[in-house]
Amino acid sequence: MEVTGLSVRYGDLVAVNDVSFSAESGQVTAVLGPNGAGKTSTIEVCEGYRTASAGSARVLGLDPATQQRLLSERMGVMLQQGGVYPSARVLATVRHYCTLYGKGADAVALVDQVGLTARSTSTWRRLSGGEQQRLSLALSMAARPEVAFLDEPTSGVDVNGRDTIRGIVRDLAAGGCAVVLATHELDEAERLADRVVIFDGGQVIADGTLAELRKGHDEIRFRSSPDLDTVALATSIGMVASRLGHDEYVIDAPPHPRLMAQLSNWLADQGHPLTDLRAGAQRLEDVFRRLTADRGGAGEPSAPDPSGVDGSVRRSTRRSRRRRM
Amino acid sequence: MKRFRSQLATELQLVARNGEQLLLTLGIPVLLLVFFSMVEVLPTGTDDPIDFLAPGVLALAVMSTSMVSLGIGTGFERSYHVLKRLGTTPLGRGRLIAAKISSVAVVELVQFAVLVPVAYLLGWSPSDTNWPAAIGATLLGTVAFAGIGLAFAGRLRGELNLAALNGLYLVLLLLGGMVIPFAELPAVLRSVAQALPSGALADVLHHTLGGVGTRPNTSWLVLGGWAVCTPAIAAFTFRWD
Repeated sequence: MEVTGLSVRYGDLVAVNDVSFSAESGQVTAVLGPNGAGKTSTIEVCEGYRTASAGSARVLGLDPATQQRLLSERMGVMLQQGGVYPSARVLATVRHYCTLYGKGADAVALVDQVGLTARSTSTWRRLSGGEQQRLSLALSMAARPEVAFLDEPTSGVDVNGRDTIRGIVRDLAAGGCAVVLATHELDEAERLADRVVIFDGGQVIADGTLAELRKGHDEIRFRSSPDLDTVALATSIGMVASRLGHDEYVIDAPPHPRLMAQLSNWLADQGHPLTDLRAGAQRLEDVFRRLTADRGGAGEPSAPDPSGVDGSVRRSTRRSRRRRM
Repeated sequence: MKRFRSQLATELQLVARNGEQLLLTLGIPVLLLVFFSMVEVLPTGTDDPIDFLAPGVLALAVMSTSMVSLGIGTGFERSYHVLKRLGTTPLGRGRLIAAKISSVAVVELVQFAVLVPVAYLLGWSPSDTNWPAAIGATLLGTVAFAGIGLAFAGRLRGELNLAALNGLYLVLLLLGGMVIPFAELPAVLRSVAQALPSGALADVLHHTLGGVGTRPNTSWLVLGGWAVCTPAIAAFTFRWD
């Protein structure tokens, strides 16, 4: 799937502004962004459901605007909510959707794959939230899709259900499908995505693999006493340290064993506990906060005043890369 | 063709599973027919009330199915994003609409198959019937009412659509010449009633199934006008999501 210079306008409102990115077959591409960032409008253009104001989208080599019928034979769509008649039964619904495609999947096998065999005769309205999501996912696979657009597939799903859905999504990608996953759940994207595209304000502000987005943003996070002297710590270890929360601190540096030892020794010498420790690449949530905060949004932890009201040292600010494809 | 058949089967299963729709499409017409033919409280203007009631209730059945049942069902499908999801499949709008219209036609066949024998059992003995014309009027009425139902469903939220269509159903029932003859309405209301799709359909059916219509030629024109206008309005204003 390739989106080039895409814009979507609703009257005077520019929902998507000159966006370009791609999603490859056999990969899970997570499309992230705050509400109103433009990701849903972009995906709807790719599904052929909405018309672009400018630019283009090509999905499986087809133009969704003019070749939606051909595309729909090879495309799976999972809506964030609903999409099923409340009084429709599980197996009958899956069977109906499988019939709608020229080379539709086997309905019984599909229901079994999403773990709903025992609920085959239940109506949609009697399913739990997680079961509804699994049925919705099954419907998106009825086409044996080569490209699948999944909107919040694990929203409202319990832990076991999430494992099932993650496994299915991975299998889809492993089978060569280009999976486009729109989600607010950064943890979910982190677990599933091969590639991440971050939207903000109608534009793509970051695009790359998780490793690429995290590159140069290693850190050591830990929890200790609330009254830790970060200036003294920074002086001792020779690195910038700052307070993130009540008792949470961060050192912007790669987690070298020597540095970890210095930190542990300093805490021990000062009589402070080490109640939590995480070292390595930033989590996707931190990457997301950093990137959106760089654009003036909320999210980046505020650095303490270096003048020393609370004895902290300001964290160095790194400008994000803004990559465009 | 298998997609159309599958969608039609789904539509019919949902209708059969929906108790409220069954009540609306079969229960109420049968109840009205039986009750008012046995309890002579309506000023039907005929020797036997069933001679007036039978064509009127058939018109009511058409309105119930093609306007209220179709409109409410489609409105909720839009609210539940069913239409959006179907829009991403190879089903296509044409097959979806054809399946919906076919399901309305099937339900109307069932309604006629129940109501006509019930009317005969109640003593209906029309002296002058033209069933082909009645079927033609029924088809025109179906298109006209379906256009109204889809126009409402395509713009209003599910619950608001439900209330609006039920309210309209009541108005069209009372003013439509279905159970109360036009002659019994005040003069001002009478001319309005005869211009309504329910009034036109009831008048044509009264004429073709018993010869008691008031101005059949005008009613054919009115009915045809509604059958052209309302689907066009629905097509122009309908939102799928």
